[in-house]
Amino acid sequence: MISFFTSHFATLRLEFWALLVGGVANGLIYAMVAIGYTMVYGVLRLINFAHSEIFMSGGFGGLFVLRALVGNSTPSGMSSFVLVIVGIVSGALVGAILAALLERVAYRPLRRRNAPKLAYLISAIGASYFLFNMAGKEFGRYNLAVPQIFNDHPVFTIYGAPVQLYAIIVLIAGLIMLVVLDRIVATTRLGRSIRAVAQDAETASLMGVNIDRTIATTFILGGALGGAAGFLFGLGSGVVFTMGFTPALKAFTAAVLGGIGNLRGAVIGGLLLGLVESFSVAFVNGAYIDVVAFVILVLVLLVRPTGILGERLGRAA
Amino acid sequence: MRRVWDNPLVRRLMASMAIAVVVAVVTGPPGSSEKPSAGLSGSFAEKSSFFGLFQTRRFVVFVAFALLFWGAWSLWLAWGEMVKFRSTKLLRRPRAVTERRSIRWSAAIVLIVIGFLLPTFVHDPFWQTVMVEQIAIYVLLALGLNVVVGFAGLLDLGFVAFYAIGAYATAWVTGALPTPAPFGGPINPFFAIPIAIVMVMLAGIILGAPTLRLRGDYLAIVTLGFGEIIAIFANNLYGITGGATGTNQIPHFSIHLGPVKYLWGLAPVPYYYLALGFVVLFLVVFSLLEHSRVGRAWTAIREDEVAAESIGINPLKYKVMAFSIGAASSGFAGVMTAAQTNFVSPTSFGLLFSINILVLVIFGGMGSIKGVLIGAIAIQTMSMYLIHTPPAGYQPPDLYIYLGALLVVMMIFRPAGLFPSRRRKREIGLAEAGEGHMDEVLTGDVP
Repeated sequence: MISFFTSHFATLRLEFWALLVGGVANGLIYAMVAIGYTMVYGVLRLINFAHSEIFMSGGFGGLFVLRALVGNSTPSGMSSFVLVIVGIVSGALVGAILAALLERVAYRPLRRRNAPKLAYLISAIGASYFLFNMAGKEFGRYNLAVPQIFNDHPVFTIYGAPVQLYAIIVLIAGLIMLVVLDRIVATTRLGRSIRAVAQDAETASLMGVNIDRTIATTFILGGALGGAAGFLFGLGSGVVFTMGFTPALKAFTAAVLGGIGNLRGAVIGGLLLGLVESFSVAFVNGAYIDVVAFVILVLVLLVRPTGILGERLGRAA
Repeated sequence: MRRVWDNPLVRRLMASMAIAVVVAVVTGPPGSSEKPSAGLSGSFAEKSSFFGLFQTRRFVVFVAFALLFWGAWSLWLAWGEMVKFRSTKLLRRPRAVTERRSIRWSAAIVLIVIGFLLPTFVHDPFWQTVMVEQIAIYVLLALGLNVVVGFAGLLDLGFVAFYAIGAYATAWVTGALPTPAPFGGPINPFFAIPIAIVMVMLAGIILGAPTLRLRGDYLAIVTLGFGEIIAIFANNLYGITGGATGTNQIPHFSIHLGPVKYLWGLAPVPYYYLALGFVVLFLVVFSLLEHSRVGRAWTAIREDEVAAESIGINPLKYKVMAFSIGAASSGFAGVMTAAQTNFVSPTSFGLLFSINILVLVIFGGMGSIKGVLIGAIAIQTMSMYLIHTPPAGYQPPDLYIYLGALLVVMMIFRPAGLFPSRRRKREIGLAEAGEGHMDEVLTGDVP
C-alpha cells in the first residue's frame, strides 16, 4: 500500500510542472465553457444542455475559416499570430450566432408560454442532438485536424518541463477573454441589465430592461466564449462532431464546483477541475480520467451543492 | 415605428422559409470533411422533380413547400380565430369515450390479439427481426423510462445504463464473460431474468439514493454522465466485461420441463412471442401501479413536492422506487437482447441510445401508457422503415437529427405528447398558467 503511494507520488513529483501547465491550459478552456453555463443559469435558472454543441460549432467555425485562409502554406511569425486571432474570432462568432439561434428556436417559444422547466430541458437536449448529428452529416464523422497555423514548439521550460506554444496561446487568449467578459458584466450597461434580469426578471422589466434582448445577449456572450473555447480545444485535439459532449460535461462540473451563477466561481472551478484532472493522471489509469470529473460532480452536488464560492445570481461577479 | 417584419404575415413567411431551409438541409445529401459545403450546396442545387410534374432544382421545390406551408398556416390561424369567436365552450370535449372502462378493456384485448396474430401477416424476415429487436425491446425500455419521466417526473438521461447492466448481467450469469459465472458453466438465460432484474433494481437504488436528492436539472446531467461512465467501465474492464469486443457466447433461451423441450434459436418469431408476453406483463403491472398508492404518491411528488411531503409522503423513498421499478423493465429488455443476439458489447449502449428512448416516451405522451406504447411502435417502425428503404443521401446516424428535431417540436407545440395523459396535460396547463408548484422540484426555489 505504501509502495503504491510512493511510486505514484514519484510520478507526480517528476511530472509536476508539466501536469501543472497542461492542467491550467485545460482548466482555462473549461472555465470559458463554464461561463456559458453559469450565465444562462443566471438569467433563466436552467442548464443549457445544448451548450456542448456551441462549443463544437466554434471548433468547426475556426477550422473551416482557417482552411480557407491557409490552404497549403505553412504560416509563421506574424501571419501565425494573425491566423490564431482570426481562428478565435471566427470560432466565437459561429458560437455566438448558434447560441442566438438556439435561444430563438428552442427557448423563446417555451418562455413565451411559461412552460415548465422539464420542457426546457427536453427541448435543449433535442436541439443538442439535432445540432451535433447535423454537423456529423454535413462535415463527416471523422476527427479533423485544424490546419497547422503555427509551429508548436516548446517556448521555455519551467524546472525542466517544456511549455508548448499551444499552452501559451490558450493561456493568453483565455485570460484576455475571461477578463473582458468579467468587465463587461461588471461595468457596462449591458452587464447591468444581465445582472438585473438574473436578480429579478419581473422587477427588471418594470425598470425598463428588455428581457428578451437581455436573455439573447446573455446567450450570445456565453456562446462567443464557448465557441472560442471550442476552437482552442480543436487546435489541440482536432475537431469532430461529438467533441462537445465530454468537455461540456466537465465544464458544467466546473460551473457547479465554483458555484453556479457565479462568474468568478466558474473560472476558479474550471482551473481547479483542470488541475485535479491533470494531476489524477499520476494515480488513475488514463481510460478513467473522464470518471474523475464525474465523481467530483456527484460529490460536489451531494456535499456542497452551492459550490466553492456559493451561488450568486445577479451580483457583480 | 412599425417595421415590415412586425407584420404577422411577414413573420410567418420568414419562419416558413427558415423551416423549409432546415428541412432542405436535413433531407439533403451528406457533406464530407473534404468538401464541407457539398452537403449544403447539394441540398439546394441538386436536381429534383417538382411533385413529379417537371424536373427542377431542389430549392424551387422547397420554396414552393414554404409558400404552401405559409398559406396553410395563415388560413389555419384565421379559421381558429373564427371558431374562437363563435364559441369556446363547444370545443371543450366531454369525458372521452376511450376512457370508459369497458371500452378500454376491450381495446386492450383487441390489441393483444392483433399483437398475437401479427407474425402471421408479416413474413419479411427484416420486419420480423425488427418486431423483436427494435419494437418489442424498445417498448419495454420506453415503458420503464415512462415510470421515471412520466410518473415520477424525473428526467433520466442515462437510462441506457440499466439496459446495459441487464445485458451484462445475463452474460455473466450464463457464463459468457471472463468473470467466473455464479453457477459454473453455461446455463439457460431464463435463470438470468430474476438475477438481472434484481441487479438493475439494485443499480437503480445505488444510483438513485444519493442523486435523487438533487434538483431535477442536476439529476438530468448526473444521469447523463452515469450513462457514459457505465460505457467507459464496460469498455475498459477487460477482465470483467470482455472489454471493447464484449462477448458473443450468450446462449439462447430454452425450456426443459419434463417432457416439454423447446429451444429458442435464430428465428425471430418465437422471440417475438416471448417478448410480447413480457410486454403485456409489464403493461399490466405498470398500469396497475399508476393508480396504486405508489402511483398516486408519484403524482403528488411530481405536482408539488412540498405539499406531498407535508402529507407524509417521503419523496426520496418514492423517487428511488420509481428509479428501480423503471429500471426493472429495461433490465429485462437487456436480458432479451443479450439472449436473442447472443452478443453484448459496449458499442450497443452508446450515448445516443438514451435519447432515442426518451423520444419514444415524449412523442407518445409522458405519463400515458397508451401514448408511450403507440409512440414507441410508431417511431420505431418509421425509423426502421428509413433503414429498410433509405431515401437518397440518408445515412443511418441521420436518424438522430430527426429525433432531436422531434423533441424540440414536441416541446414547442405539444409538450404533453400526442396521446397525453389527462392528468399530465392538466398539470402542464396549470404550470403554464402559473398555478401549482411543479417547477419547484426542478429549480429548487423551495427553501
